[in-house]
Amino acid sequence: MQDLIQHLINGLGLGAIYALIALGYTMVYGVLQMINFAHSDVYMVGAFAAYYAARWFNLESMPGVVSFAILLLAAITGCALLGLLIERFAYRPLRNAPKLNILITAIGVSLLLEYSGQVIFGADPKVFPEVLNNTPLFEMAGVSFKLFDFLVIGVGLVAMAVLHFLIYHTKQGRAMRAVSVNPRVASILGVNVDRTIVFTFVLGSALAGVGSVLVGVKYPKIEPLMGMMIGLKAFVAAVLGGIGNIMGAVLGGLIMGLSEEMVVAYLSSTYRDAVAFGILILILIVRPSGLLGRNQTEKL
Amino acid sequence: MSLSSENLLLEVKDLSIQFGGLKAVDSLNFSVQKGQLKGLIGPNGAGKTTVFNMLTGVYQPSRGEICFRGQIINRLKPHERCRRGMARTFQNIRLFRELTVLDNVLLGSHQKLTYGIFDSLFFTKKFHTEQKQNLDKALHLLNLFDLANKSELRAAGLPYGQQRKLEIVRALAGEPRLLLLDEPAAGMNHSETDQLMTLIGRVRKEFDLTILLIEHDMKLVMGICEDILVLDHGVKLEEGDSQKVRTSAKVIEAYLGIENEH
Repeated sequence: MQDLIQHLINGLGLGAIYALIALGYTMVYGVLQMINFAHSDVYMVGAFAAYYAARWFNLESMPGVVSFAILLLAAITGCALLGLLIERFAYRPLRNAPKLNILITAIGVSLLLEYSGQVIFGADPKVFPEVLNNTPLFEMAGVSFKLFDFLVIGVGLVAMAVLHFLIYHTKQGRAMRAVSVNPRVASILGVNVDRTIVFTFVLGSALAGVGSVLVGVKYPKIEPLMGMMIGLKAFVAAVLGGIGNIMGAVLGGLIMGLSEEMVVAYLSSTYRDAVAFGILILILIVRPSGLLGRNQTEKL
Repeated sequence: MSLSSENLLLEVKDLSIQFGGLKAVDSLNFSVQKGQLKGLIGPNGAGKTTVFNMLTGVYQPSRGEICFRGQIINRLKPHERCRRGMARTFQNIRLFRELTVLDNVLLGSHQKLTYGIFDSLFFTKKFHTEQKQNLDKALHLLNLFDLANKSELRAAGLPYGQQRKLEIVRALAGEPRLLLLDEPAAGMNHSETDQLMTLIGRVRKEFDLTILLIEHDMKLVMGICEDILVLDHGVKLEEGDSQKVRTSAKVIEAYLGIENEH
């Protein structure tokens, strides 16, 4: 029982991280109908932005909430900026090109970031700065609840709440929803489509930045290829929930996190990655539009 | 009504567009005065909607000039034209079907909101005031069109006639100077059409609007438009008041002649 609760908490934390990254995939897909393969590398750059910010401000010498906030801010800023640049220089020139060209460009941008990362940051793993102690907060039913568990779940929840507010209660969010349905009509109604697309990239990338710091805090090893696996899993989460669907990405992320944790705990850690791809295969066979995605029947 | 240039809201000169070998609109000249309700009529395929698409920036004309409120707008993107005061409805309803009725109207006034992303993130006073004003305005408009009690429904859930009305509300929400209505009565029966036309007349007075109205049904346009432009095969056949259009030999041949055959 104690074990189960502990695993549930771990799974939720992992799920929150997957969800944060999956949101970036799903939002960009929503407005542009493209898979932004570079998203996982934006996430990687976020971790490094936090790492260098910590070195620059010497944050490890003054651990605390403020230092953690600075890490978050650094990662969010770094990711948002990178997202903006990628959209502006890689994807916007291809706005009217065939979908395949954009897809290949996305893969290109991803490779560019991964290997530039190895050149600039170095290929060997670095230790993510430790700015918080994983202090046990309280004990209940024999399970000790530690700070990191709450931090990951809490920050993840806050980030998603902010996103929800932006999308459903502000003009920027309304514009996003309109562009995702019909960019041409949105534009006739006065929505600046280009700006809305930039906004979407920036928002999605910022969430990846939040995710990168949460991962760094929990699993403090970072390297330029760190985005590959987690990016793939987050992508699977987005597909599982129904790509293009915001709530779907959150749901997909949580399912992925929980199932991965449970499989590792009760079966074998060998199957850690198999779970994700097993889920992907299953969902593609059983419900290709995803759990919350609408089934699009072709009208003849 | 005087024809002085300061009363000119829209002036179109030599407007032409070609799709492959087809000249969809050819050397079209016309103007719309402030406060006017002008009808744009013509048989199917005459190029009426194509004119709207060029005016709103969906199509780029291959030749000619569009001058709106004293400025040539050929190079402006659709959203920039909207900002300058142009709004339209669509022949085939183009509502955001999955969004609520209210959200559709709020989208219409998107360009009127000036708060930025930081206002959104930090709940500034500006954010609150603008959101509140915008919501009140949207509800007032919905009320005017008897749609207020449906504001939380999905737009797709409205009956057809109300969807048409909602498109007009959405266009009005942006407080346009010029409203382009593309067959607003399409698919409506006689009494619905009459009601809609009365409503358009009322709205026009209340909002001090200038309207350019596409209509397939000539009789309907004759009733409400002061000035009518007849288009056929992308070319202007006639322009003037209903008396002039009704008696024009060219119009009778191209338009009424066909009409009388059924």
